[in-house]
Amino acid sequence: MSKKEEKKLKKAEANKPVAPKKRFFNVEKRLGYTLHEMWTHKMSYAMVAPFFIIFITFSLLPLLASLGLSFTYWNIFEDPVFNGLENYVYLFVDDALFLKAFTNTLTYAVIVGPVSYIASYFFAWFINQVPDKVRPIYVLAFYAPALTSGVAMAVVWAVMFSNDSTGYLNSLLLNLGLIYEPIQWLQDVNYIMPVVIIVALWSSLSTQFLSFVAGFRGVDRELYDAASVDGVTSRFQKLLYVDVPQTMPQLLFAAVITITGSFSVGGTIAGHPSPEDAALTIMLHLSDYSGTRFEVGYASAIAVVLSVMILGIGRVAFKVLGEKE
Amino acid sequence: MFQVDVDYLKKAKKRKDHGKVVILVFLTLAGAVSLLPLIYLVCTAFKPPEELFLYPPTFFVKNPTIQNFKDLTAITANSAVPFTRYLFNTILITVCYIFCLVWLLTMTSYPLSKHKFPGKKGLMSLVTTSMMFIASAAGIPAYLIITSIGIDNTYLVYIIPALANTTCLFLMKQFLDTVPNDIFEAGKIDGASEWQLYQKIAIPLLKNAQATVIILTFGGIWGETGTSTTYIYKEQLRTLGFFMSTIGGGIARTGAGAASGLIMTLPSIIIFIINQSRVQDTMAHSGIK
Repeated sequence: MSKKEEKKLKKAEANKPVAPKKRFFNVEKRLGYTLHEMWTHKMSYAMVAPFFIIFITFSLLPLLASLGLSFTYWNIFEDPVFNGLENYVYLFVDDALFLKAFTNTLTYAVIVGPVSYIASYFFAWFINQVPDKVRPIYVLAFYAPALTSGVAMAVVWAVMFSNDSTGYLNSLLLNLGLIYEPIQWLQDVNYIMPVVIIVALWSSLSTQFLSFVAGFRGVDRELYDAASVDGVTSRFQKLLYVDVPQTMPQLLFAAVITITGSFSVGGTIAGHPSPEDAALTIMLHLSDYSGTRFEVGYASAIAVVLSVMILGIGRVAFKVLGEKE
Repeated sequence: MFQVDVDYLKKAKKRKDHGKVVILVFLTLAGAVSLLPLIYLVCTAFKPPEELFLYPPTFFVKNPTIQNFKDLTAITANSAVPFTRYLFNTILITVCYIFCLVWLLTMTSYPLSKHKFPGKKGLMSLVTTSMMFIASAAGIPAYLIITSIGIDNTYLVYIIPALANTTCLFLMKQFLDTVPNDIFEAGKIDGASEWQLYQKIAIPLLKNAQATVIILTFGGIWGETGTSTTYIYKEQLRTLGFFMSTIGGGIARTGAGAASGLIMTLPSIIIFIINQSRVQDTMAHSGIK
């Protein structure tokens, strides 16, 4: 073997740490390495397997099926018929109601999403500074609207925004002399969306809020001491330099939850169908097609479009808040 | 000299408390407003008929009565399946589901957060993608899968499909991500096996996340109605939430409806309080320092 060849070999070895002489072997060795890695982590696979078996069977397969169905016409009773991009063309070109639903959903998401996200974080931060003994009471108070969901909430809001003079808001405004006749809160097209948004904001401290509350408890107390040695004294500085970096995973989780939740808003206080479809959202539009008209193919196309929107915005959240690897 | 020091300390303490007092006052006011729906729910359940239909409506109850609960008992006494059977079903399903879910998610989140095995990233992105994917159009394919497996019309249909809770898995994984890897490395050096690392280190650290998951999922499974309507054909296997939802309607049953609303919400509140008080400084309690 000449010196030149030896040099070449050494170079190749330096370039590829696991490097074999021929490419053919390289592939095999890499596969072998992966298999070896997989074998050493057999415990990991065993631990995640049960969940992923259930997840694939009951979540992933139906999702993939609905993705496929979005390219078909299917009314459940007959077999699905492939119709290419027809659903999507109809959705973007001919479906005037979809545009309305889209605008409403966007308005809702742009207001409710950020406000509830920031409010959740700050309320959780405030609550974190309350003495241990009373903290659960405060958490309960703020989480109460989410706990008393469904019927209870509907009753409360129906009384609050009742259309006649007996509604709390109307009677208050009448007594104050701000209005002369009751406002038709849930009938007047101009008021429906604002009322829906206000109600949603009221009960917006839910999942994100709880994850923040628990996240703040996970922050190592020693870091505050370390920070105060470094000259961080005020509450706000501690928040900025200790709490925010320490709760980054919760911030990402909450962002994803908030984005998904606010874009997939469905039934609201306005009821469905609402006057002139003033409170129609993409989700309600979807359920009209899947539940009422049994046009599953078209409903799936709506779901795919909405999901792509959410995934797009979610990706931004992952880029901004995700772990840097 | 000494005296001066104490004064200074007292002042410093006062100054420190100042911000805390402001926060407490603010939280108390905002919390009271936030509690209104819950208070209203309680008040309505105890309102006599003449107060329920008062014009203009009142918020608080003046002459509390348990008439609504008596009405509710009268209605439930006439049902074909005894009330206790619905209650038993719901308790059984809820306990099994919560137990399985917490166990399963804890076990799954640990390797996803702390191990480096091939395919981990792919699995994680599957989870996050499906979290953001709208599942409501997938209801019919899911129905076909569940019925072809044959778990419909059994208790299992309440529990198994709902275990694929990607949101809660993501939540748990994110919590474990905040824990420095050094702790597990140190455990390894001390000769702990993977299973021991999971049992002795990961599980105690996930206590807050577990409590949060329980709070988040309890209300849904306790008030469960959807599965009962879609997958269950035997009345004996249906849930309390389903039964309660069938008696709410009609003006004559407004009071009973409010009473049932309170009964369905109460366990959620109790579970909430128990679990929320379990949310503590994980870092301080696990002996990491």
